[in-house]
Amino acid sequence: MSIFEYNGSAIIGMAGKECVAIGSDLRFGVQFQTLATDYQKIYRIHDKLYLGLAGLGTDAQTLAARFKFKHNMYKLREERDIRPSTFGQLVSSTLYEKRFGPYFCSPVVAGLDKDNVPYLCGMDTIGAIETAKDFMVAGTAPDSLYGMCESMFRPDLEPEELFEVLSQCLLAGTDRDALSGWGAIVHVITKDKTNSRTLKGRMD
Amino acid sequence: MAGFNFDLCKRNSFLESKGVKAPGYTKTGTTIAGVIFKDGVVLGADTRSTAGSTVADKNCEKIHFIAPNIYCCGAGTAADTENVTGMVASQLDLHRYATGRESRVVTAMTLLKSHLFRYQGHVSAALVLGGVDFRGPHLFTVYPHGSTDSLPYCTMGSGSLAAMAVFESGYKDNMSRDEAVSLVDRAIQAGIWNDLGSGSNVDICIITKGKVDYLRNYKYFMDKTYVRKFPVCYPPGTTTVVREKMVALKDVDVIEGEASEAMVID
Repeated sequence: MSIFEYNGSAIIGMAGKECVAIGSDLRFGVQFQTLATDYQKIYRIHDKLYLGLAGLGTDAQTLAARFKFKHNMYKLREERDIRPSTFGQLVSSTLYEKRFGPYFCSPVVAGLDKDNVPYLCGMDTIGAIETAKDFMVAGTAPDSLYGMCESMFRPDLEPEELFEVLSQCLLAGTDRDALSGWGAIVHVITKDKTNSRTLKGRMD
Repeated sequence: MAGFNFDLCKRNSFLESKGVKAPGYTKTGTTIAGVIFKDGVVLGADTRSTAGSTVADKNCEKIHFIAPNIYCCGAGTAADTENVTGMVASQLDLHRYATGRESRVVTAMTLLKSHLFRYQGHVSAALVLGGVDFRGPHLFTVYPHGSTDSLPYCTMGSGSLAAMAVFESGYKDNMSRDEAVSLVDRAIQAGIWNDLGSGSNVDICIITKGKVDYLRNYKYFMDKTYVRKFPVCYPPGTTTVVREKMVALKDVDVIEGEASEAMVID
């Protein structure tokens, strides 16, 4: 068994036209035993920046707390919110610090950068950044998520359609994974608002 | 210097002893190559990165900046190549501030090999380092264990055999710039088409005295094999939403005085 399969997770980030969306499933389990169906794997860093952490639950929570701390310290020093691309580098270096004893988490960073240009990146567990212009996936079912995104994604989607495409990719993708699913949450970030929608999904 | 943190090693090795597998890392399966020509160095790389047998990134950058006159191609674990080149780049940057002199390629090579040797091959970065300094063009290969070669033409990565085959049949001393670029291009393409760990596009970097031409996606093969003529469009409302929470973001209104940088959102 891979350590990623201990709790189960599925995350997709997707870029649209002056907007970006990130969604995850809501299952929290221990191998095949489901324990909760309202478990958030996406963390809000600030209004225009969200961080998804797929992988081992305990490490995800530890990392989320550390990034919250680091962002607070950054805000005190710089008196502004961190830029998504800077935050991506921060996540990367935090993970690479533990190169030989890593956190079992692969992050997806989604946010709006200057002039509302979408920023999207993902990483492996030791912080090798992979920036994407289109979409980014992570979790226990990356192959089926990749498959859905590759065929459904179109560039320059408007927020509403971006939401539908991401949601359908996420729901269909997790249906082929026993360890993720049980509902989903999707955050759509636009220049003047963020919209968080909880989706109805298969509960099996 | 690096300074890794080993706090989680014990936990992770305990988990491993219980039969829990650690996840694999993103690798750059990679074909990278370099050649010295009449008045400089040409570096080349493919743009595929892999996670197991899945293509993780179809268009990643493997030619890293080291100094204004030095670049470095990286193969191996993606995080290691990225960080080891970044670390050396910043060390050289500080060294240039301190000395006011152009960086030498041997300095970069020595910094790389001493870091890699210290970690006994566990930092798995296989590099092709090229640049031009006051002594002329230089080309080195750096192996993950810290050994180095100085050669007129070299290849690295899983596609190194395919690329070297092209070099062995096509290399000449004192090539022109165009000859060198086309030779490296063919070598990288040999890797792209014949090695499964390499793929997508060709990146080329030409370094001559006082000038660098970084030709990102010199050859671009990546376009989708099939683009839907009638893309599936989900009309709004397709997905059943259980709950919705909207947060409107308010801009800061400045009533008096100048808006300080801190007050302006993004």
